[in-house]
Amino acid sequence: MQVTIDQDRCCGSGQCVLTVPAVFDQGEDDGLVQLLQERPGPELAADVKLAAALCPGGAITAHGEPG
Amino acid sequence: MTTDTPIARPGADPDPAGAAATCPVSHVTVPAAHGSCPFDPPPAYREAHEASPITRIALWDGAPCWLLTGYRHSRAVLADNRFSADARLPGFPFLTPGRRELVSRTTPTFLRLDDPEHSRQRRMLTGDFIIKRVEALRPQIQQIVDEALDRMIAKGGPADLVQEFALPVPSLVICLLLGVPYEDHAFFQEHSRTLLDITAETDRVEASQRALTDYLGDLADRKLREPDDGVISRLVARGELSRAEAASMGLLLLIAGHETTANMTALGTLALLENPAQAERLREQPELMRGAVEELLRYLTIVHLGVPRVALEDVELDGTLIRAGEGVLCMLSTANRDSEQFEDGDALDVTRDARRHLAFGFGIHQCLGQPLARAELQIALATLLRRLPGLRLAVPFEQVERRTESVVHGLRALPVEW
Repeated sequence: MQVTIDQDRCCGSGQCVLTVPAVFDQGEDDGLVQLLQERPGPELAADVKLAAALCPGGAITAHGEPG
Repeated sequence: MTTDTPIARPGADPDPAGAAATCPVSHVTVPAAHGSCPFDPPPAYREAHEASPITRIALWDGAPCWLLTGYRHSRAVLADNRFSADARLPGFPFLTPGRRELVSRTTPTFLRLDDPEHSRQRRMLTGDFIIKRVEALRPQIQQIVDEALDRMIAKGGPADLVQEFALPVPSLVICLLLGVPYEDHAFFQEHSRTLLDITAETDRVEASQRALTDYLGDLADRKLREPDDGVISRLVARGELSRAEAASMGLLLLIAGHETTANMTALGTLALLENPAQAERLREQPELMRGAVEELLRYLTIVHLGVPRVALEDVELDGTLIRAGEGVLCMLSTANRDSEQFEDGDALDVTRDARRHLAFGFGIHQCLGQPLARAELQIALATLLRRLPGLRLAVPFEQVERRTESVVHGLRALPVEW
């Protein structure tokens, strides 16, 4: 699975960090999304997909099938 | 008073576009009356939803508006930038004359602005509400929760959990975070209530708006002279906002920061008291509390008024044409009970995965303070359950008084014993 983020669309809700802290973080000053891993392992795929669905700004895209 | 009152003014044509041929104007009155259960959305919205998840209505002023009661449609509209949150645009749906009047006299905050200005203002604050920063506040929140409970226990029961616990806890937390003196809480609580009161007369709403804006403007001036590490001080130190913008933003944070969490705490406690098996489960397995708070947010969805938007262009929503300039109300309370999204959605189940709920809204305007609200609710409810294992209602359930006049649904008082 490959993950991409678009900071321009991020509204700093923090949903991604709550859902998959191993993959997403937030900037200390601006609160905007940061990607910790571009290619998370299959064990994280379901959570990353949920994070993409929960992102209110549509800033996260998960490519590829889980596994 | 649920469905039988036509609300178009005499002479008003609620349907100038002629879409009524295919989509008749429903007589659902907005805002609708609350039903008998304090946990459920107003029955009129549920009835409308059963007939159709997209309902064409006319507002009090005859303006055409769309009532969205399902999950899928509200989520889609709130995420779509073809629907504007700018209340100054023609067609924006107002639920009362007072609210419309207010917009022309106040400086809008990012809550009622579209991008790019929305983003510019919101991003001045996103750093203050990141997960890490809120997690670091947990010990202080725990202390505020414990001290409020200590005081309530020392006074002895029966006690009003709203006045003793549900209201002071979030007020103390938001005052700490913003740098607002808590001694002023009676003042700002009274005026925020008036601002949120949909039955308040226009001049009272204006007076409260003015009192609070003046108060926060003065506070902003003071923070410029004597900076501290509160959010308001840091906001004015950036030098990017006018005094009026800083006052409006401070006011938004102050109101959003205490009324919502206070009502969720009180109503959440009542929901757990009425579902003792689930409360017991949470006492035995405190690790379930994070998920339980998501479920309580979904089940109770205290923003009972619709989230308003206006279409910037013609948009087809699931086969229904919403024309440019028409208002839309996204009813989060019915969306979060939608059986299409949540199986057996009318049941409270603290073990459910409710994370996809819309209680904080959706799209770029989704609640900025949600990490703080979650932390406060998790700590407040867990501490109540742990420290007061005998917590129970001190009056019959039917006699618990509700706040039905507010934008934020909740309880006027919650008499308890332990």
